[in-house]
Amino acid sequence: MRPRRIVADLKVFGRNYLRNAVGLFFSLIFPVILIGLFGLIFSAGGATTVTLYTQNFDAGSNVSAQFLSALNATGAVQVQLVGPTLNMSSWLGANGHPVGLVIPSGLGSAYLAHRPFAVTLYTNPTDAASSGIAYAAVNYVLTQFNLNASHGSTILFATTANVGSPLYKEIDYLVPGLIGFSILTSPMFAMVDISSTYRKEGLFRQLSLTPLTKGEWLTSKIIWYVLLTILSAALMIGMGVYYFGAHVTVSLEMLPFLVLGPFFFVSLGMFAGSIARTPESAAIIGNIITFPMMFLSGTFFPVSLFPPGLQTFARILPLYYVIDGLNQVMLFHNLAAAAVDLAVIGAASVVVFVLAIVAFQWRER
Amino acid sequence: MADAVHVRGLTKTYGSLAAVAGIDFAVPEGKVFAFLGPNGAGKTTTVEILEGLRRRSSGEVTVLGLDPWDDGRRLHAKVGVIPQEFRFFEKIHPVEAIEYYAALFGTRVDAMGLLRRVALEDKAGARFETLSGGQKQKLGLALALTNDPTICFLDEPTTGLDPQARRAIWQVIRDLRSEGRTVFLTTHYLEEAQILADQVAIIDHGRIIARGTPDEIIAQHGRPPRLRVQAGPGMAPYLREALGVTATFVDGYVEVPLPNKHEALRILSALEGSGVPWEGFATVTDTLEDVFVHLVGRMDDGVLKPGAPP
Repeated sequence: MRPRRIVADLKVFGRNYLRNAVGLFFSLIFPVILIGLFGLIFSAGGATTVTLYTQNFDAGSNVSAQFLSALNATGAVQVQLVGPTLNMSSWLGANGHPVGLVIPSGLGSAYLAHRPFAVTLYTNPTDAASSGIAYAAVNYVLTQFNLNASHGSTILFATTANVGSPLYKEIDYLVPGLIGFSILTSPMFAMVDISSTYRKEGLFRQLSLTPLTKGEWLTSKIIWYVLLTILSAALMIGMGVYYFGAHVTVSLEMLPFLVLGPFFFVSLGMFAGSIARTPESAAIIGNIITFPMMFLSGTFFPVSLFPPGLQTFARILPLYYVIDGLNQVMLFHNLAAAAVDLAVIGAASVVVFVLAIVAFQWRER
Repeated sequence: MADAVHVRGLTKTYGSLAAVAGIDFAVPEGKVFAFLGPNGAGKTTTVEILEGLRRRSSGEVTVLGLDPWDDGRRLHAKVGVIPQEFRFFEKIHPVEAIEYYAALFGTRVDAMGLLRRVALEDKAGARFETLSGGQKQKLGLALALTNDPTICFLDEPTTGLDPQARRAIWQVIRDLRSEGRTVFLTTHYLEEAQILADQVAIIDHGRIIARGTPDEIIAQHGRPPRLRVQAGPGMAPYLREALGVTATFVDGYVEVPLPNKHEALRILSALEGSGVPWEGFATVTDTLEDVFVHLVGRMDDGVLKPGAPP
């Protein structure tokens, strides 16, 4: 391998690439658009407060006012008062609201007299999530009021924490996931296309007449996609952190994944394109390899949310180890786990690189 | 003079099909060698074997004393090649392409000088995708010269080019020869071969059917010189009757074989005495194209066409 030839090929390939608006869009702009799009979706979805439409027939009492503010304080429901003349059940149904609460007159006096008294919670089984949240919130506040009335105190309680400790939001998982998405798609689609079209147009034959070797040519492509990946990762991290408040750690430990990821997928794309006879069949082979990985390796959602069978399947996908490694480094700071991911993707990269070199031919036999 | 290319008993088979069926030829150093044949005759297969791009089935092949397949990398350092329909990276400028090849070969070149040599300097900064067919071929030629080659393989370098671009490439080929380089040229244009080539070989159905200098091939396979007279069809039977010659009427002309110059005088005086109207006359000899038609039997507008054997 001669560095001079690798650099010369890298310069020509890079120039050709940078002058192609489509390639640039898919490798740099598209991942940023994706992170913007998913960031917006998840930040909207983060507000999981259920609106609790409430008729308060006991509006004059302090107790009902305290009860409603306690409900709001849970953060799970947001009380929205409605007029006393409505038939609550039919109004909720007619307006598509899943939950409602009716506080009959006399709540305050009953509470002060320690006399049993019921409020009515309307729920809709077709929206089990909203119904469950409203039920839990109302019961929680009622229990607090009961404890308070009997001068009792809470003895057993739970605190909540997300897996991996600090609180992770969807956007935190999304940043390493979409870096992985970009590591997969940009080199795979490009190399599948390049390997088949260069062969069809005779460009490989032309290059075979120069001192450039197959290994040097492939190395220059790997270097190019590593550079592109680092740039695209920086853009995505910037977007995630500054626009969506993602909490990710940027460190040098990310680098092995940003190098080995493109190394693996450039080689795999080259291998897939080389075993195909035509550009059309190359595109099909490329898609068969790429699409399962695109969705099942933890790109858009953590693999831990998948059903057990799919989780097992995800673990045979090479991209899983890139994304998991990035998660371990950027979110969980678990370098031991990252090292295992690195070992897997490193070994796979060497194997696929050798396969690609063997499969792709400069010359005709 | 040593041979730059030596081929003996070369074959290339694909299953039961013999694309090249045992051919022998040699190309002397410093000469322009034209390798002619209709499409599908085995021409490109042979050239690609010589370039080290394709493996032969059997036979001996050396180029500059090296086996093109086994010693391809050593050979390519001394060889320049323009493949048929030269292609390159779409967004790259000609001057960048030359610098790229120079870096790969580890040579120093004056990129603009090389572009001037192939009359492409005004497109030095244009993207490859915007070049015309002729300009692309010129860039291919410039790249083939980047490593200062001893031998150049030019596979149909002028196919589809306009006359001006074709003549520019002819001049480069003449210059290469005058610099002592060997040029192995394949072409569909027989006029081009006749003008440029020192040696010619014609391949058909995988076999060499003629070889030598253009003059030797014409002398060997062409018809004798003829006197061509612009006259009506009545003149041919008159000359046959009056002189006992094999006069024929073809495309508005009467043609009479001319074994020697005295025969021309005899025919001209017979024309005068015929009373049949006639206009001008000329002596004609076969061109390489005429010989090719005769040998291969398939031509159309000066370009060889594939077809059945004669």
